[in-house]
Amino acid sequence: MTGQSVISVSNLVKKFGSFVANDNLSFEVYEGEIFGFLGANGAGKTTTIRILSGLSEPTSGKVVVAGFDAKKEPEKIKKNIGYMCQKFSLYEDLTVKENITLYGGIYGMSKNLIRERTAMLLEKLSFQAWGDRLISSLPLGFKQKLAFSIAILHEPRIVYLDEPTGGVDPITRRQFWEMIYETAARGITVFVTTHYMDEAEYCDRVSIMNEGRIVALDTPEGLKKSYNASSIEEVFVKIARPK
Amino acid sequence: MKRFLGFVKKEFLHIFRDYRTLIILFGIPAAQIMIFGYVVSNDLKDAGVAFLDLSRDEVTQKLTDKICSSGFFRLTETLTSYNDIDKILKKGKTKAVIVFQKDFGRDLFAEGKTTMSVIADGSEPNMATLVTNYITAITTDFNIEQARAPGGAVSLISAQVRMFYNPSLQGHYMFVPGVITLIMILICALMTSVTITREKEFGTMEVLLVSPLRPTQIILGKVTPYFILSFINVIVILLLSWFVFGLPVKGSLVLLLAESMLYILMSLSLGILISTVSSTMQQAIFISMVGMMLPTILLSGFIYPIENMPWIYNWVSAIMPPRYFIIIIKDIMIKGTGFAYIWKETLILAFMTMVFIWLSIRNFRIRLH
Repeated sequence: MTGQSVISVSNLVKKFGSFVANDNLSFEVYEGEIFGFLGANGAGKTTTIRILSGLSEPTSGKVVVAGFDAKKEPEKIKKNIGYMCQKFSLYEDLTVKENITLYGGIYGMSKNLIRERTAMLLEKLSFQAWGDRLISSLPLGFKQKLAFSIAILHEPRIVYLDEPTGGVDPITRRQFWEMIYETAARGITVFVTTHYMDEAEYCDRVSIMNEGRIVALDTPEGLKKSYNASSIEEVFVKIARPK
Repeated sequence: MKRFLGFVKKEFLHIFRDYRTLIILFGIPAAQIMIFGYVVSNDLKDAGVAFLDLSRDEVTQKLTDKICSSGFFRLTETLTSYNDIDKILKKGKTKAVIVFQKDFGRDLFAEGKTTMSVIADGSEPNMATLVTNYITAITTDFNIEQARAPGGAVSLISAQVRMFYNPSLQGHYMFVPGVITLIMILICALMTSVTITREKEFGTMEVLLVSPLRPTQIILGKVTPYFILSFINVIVILLLSWFVFGLPVKGSLVLLLAESMLYILMSLSLGILISTVSSTMQQAIFISMVGMMLPTILLSGFIYPIENMPWIYNWVSAIMPPRYFIIIIKDIMIKGTGFAYIWKETLILAFMTMVFIWLSIRNFRIRLH
């Protein structure tokens, strides 16, 4: 990747009392990159994402996201990122269009722009007929794609996906990853956590966290080579359960 | 601001799309007013009484007439001996027997006081209490009339049971302020705590927090619709009690509405506080219902007078916000007093609101960091 850096983390430490959730992290994420963020449960991934999205303050270290300091300007960071968590974040009792309008409004988009993008989005997903249906009546895969589309509706510079493909069928997962590729190609950086190791192979670069530290960061090919493994899964197991 | 309004609109959509929320918001208050006003009414109507008049003089005749013509009682039988009392009470139609001793009137004039006996059917304790209270009240009234009559000396027929009803003997007066107090705190606190924890449970809160909306905007956006709807609710209840029970607001309506707003605000902030300590909707519902409904009914002075409570409950009741609002609303609605009499209670409510908000913000911060 040759793009410029959109996330720059150096010596990030986050402590909760005496517990160190993030222990001296340093890494860069470049524009238009698909950055895989892996780690066992409790490795400190969620804490890092919260800091990178301006939700939580770092204890020490420097974090710059989309050009803004996470300590001083978290509100500006929030305007420049999109976020989708494993629980979809759509309102089940609102219609597809109402959900889009709501999030568009929250991100300060004008009415015309929202209308324009809504039409575009529905067309792209072949959702036109579903615009006025309640979210609760849609199948899971559709919800997921819609949630992702809404997360990037305001054209953020970075989008965080927290285990976006939990519980969906392989075909939808595949379609979902196509959307991710397309998004990255448009220059939006994708920061994704996942439990599916085959998905890690789709990323441009992968970092693996263990006990609050980043223990490996490279392209999938590079990781496999240096750990002498045939798949990322093998790499992961070697790191998470050493000897 | 535009962001905020869009968010408020969404909250309204949630409410109007969920008919259960609407029922809780508007159905329950109306039903409560009707239930408390009519069914749990403390009014007597045509309760059967019998008289055993061993004196048969002018005074006993007058008192008998007064009791029977009050509309609360109906004469079932005139007895002639003590032996009949048991028999007639056992029949069940007669709720109480009033006994005038021999020389009742003469004693009254000679000594200035005398005692009549009221023998009530204790197998229906509530009814018995009501009947004896009403008879006592009528007797007191009779005493006053006698004293005021031309040439009337101060003469007393002693009343044994304390009078604790409103002077006009109408039960609705008791309940309307209490019901407003109870319903407002329940609905406001319950609804806000549930609606906020719902966002937490469904994971939408995460997304909102990550968005450019500030936490205060999120919370305000969530409670604004409930504030508006609760206020409409107060007006509906007041209209209901006016049209159905003919209960007017004696004092200033503006003051009453302003105080209601403060109380709603207090209840909403309590709801926010509950939402910061509970992570699921069930938990929020549990805390709101069990933690607030019973104490409000039992300890706020809604039904049981605070003065009669053991000191420990009296202390517990001192930290219950409804206690103060009941005083405020009763004063304005029934006594017609002005702000000068209720500023202390108002101040306490305002202070509690601030404490709840302060605690909520503190809890919210801890959760974030």
